[in-house]
Amino acid sequence: MSILRALFALLVFPGLLYAVPAAFLMVWLQRKINARLQGRIGPPFYQPFFDVTKLFAKEPIQRPRLEGLIMTGLPLVAVLSTLGAIALLPVFPARGGFSGDLVLFVSLVEIGPLCAVMAGFASRSLWGGLGATREAVLSLAYNLPFLTALVALAATTGFSLSGAAVSASLPVRVLALLALVLCLPVKLHLNPFSTASAEQEIYAGSTTEYDGPSLALWELAHALEWVVLAGLVATLAFPFAQTAWPLHVIAFVVISFAVVVVLAIVAASTARLKLAQTARWFWLWGFGVSLSALGLAFVRL
Amino acid sequence: MSLFDPLIKTARRRSAWLFHANAGSCNGCDIELIACLTPRYDVEQLGIRLEASPRHADVMVVSGPVTRTACEALQTVYAQIPNPKVVVALGSCPASCNVFAGSPTIVGPLDRILPVDVFVPGCPPRPDAIIAGIAEAIAILAGDKPRPEPASPPLVAQSCVAGGQQ
Repeated sequence: MSILRALFALLVFPGLLYAVPAAFLMVWLQRKINARLQGRIGPPFYQPFFDVTKLFAKEPIQRPRLEGLIMTGLPLVAVLSTLGAIALLPVFPARGGFSGDLVLFVSLVEIGPLCAVMAGFASRSLWGGLGATREAVLSLAYNLPFLTALVALAATTGFSLSGAAVSASLPVRVLALLALVLCLPVKLHLNPFSTASAEQEIYAGSTTEYDGPSLALWELAHALEWVVLAGLVATLAFPFAQTAWPLHVIAFVVISFAVVVVLAIVAASTARLKLAQTARWFWLWGFGVSLSALGLAFVRL
Repeated sequence: MSLFDPLIKTARRRSAWLFHANAGSCNGCDIELIACLTPRYDVEQLGIRLEASPRHADVMVVSGPVTRTACEALQTVYAQIPNPKVVVALGSCPASCNVFAGSPTIVGPLDRILPVDVFVPGCPPRPDAIIAGIAEAIAILAGDKPRPEPASPPLVAQSCVAGGQQ
């Protein structure tokens, strides 16, 4: 049964069958909100789907064999690991298995940015390397508050996210969720922390040299990151433990998309910060918030 | 003909990413191209996006009469765009070198350097005209329209030497 449940989570919900359409919709929602707030009409809802389809249909550039292999392999690993992280989200109350395992979840979530860093350097482009450097520095900056907040939430449940939302006390939950939400824009390359991809400023950051199918995989990996991070906030913000599963599913989807709307509005109304400013901001304010959550969790407040 | 061909065709029609190359333009055409992205014209509704990297692009938009220094860069950038791709010549300069014709520093017009698919005339062209030109380029990209016949004898020069246009 546990294998069946794991397969269901990976392939149906919240995995492949839900995650890919939701990922496209979330990317569209962000672009649409951005356009509406700028007084434009914005792209139609099928836009991200056609973007990715078109990129898959382009002829790949001829590269040396090993380089081509690396440049297709890295985005593929990013897509698969992000999909795995989505399957681990504790939407349903866990009964054994890896569901909600904090260590596995965090490592799968972090493989995506790690692949992006390696991909930037592997492409041997100046702009790719620049984007990769920024991505690496930022991941040092945001992971401190991000991991501290997750540990604070899971302090009572012992390195598991299942039930972490319910067992932690209200002040811990509010502070830890606040710290998590603060980390989302930088993980999703959104303003004000879009320093890593820095659209037009350093060309396309670490994906500058990627074309056709490998770029499509990057777009997909990035879209899936939306689902996993918004979904993480949704599962942890859901306040009830023992309710019927349809309620869990509906709340998961609704809160996920609400998070996307909030992030999109913040992104549309702010400007990009510099690298040093972003790093300082996270180590000061992000870490401050999450550290206070951790402190409260340990004194059992 | 494969099963996915209609889907791919639709995707190409609805998602054209542009790369803009300035080959010695006076910035008039460039400003008009940027105007297409603003709320008044908003080409993002048509799925058109200005991309920073030629590797991501489908449509190469070139403005300017092609100066000697820009010529090789243009050929490099053209080779960096993955197939299928189309080239749009923006304004009068890449079409005829405009007032710069005959200058020793000008290698243009553009169709000596690259196979141009669509010419958008005007100095500078209005954003409406640019959007119409890009729409025609998209039709060529999706295979709805044939590519224009290459001139015979072929005009495309291998070397970037000035003085082709009199």
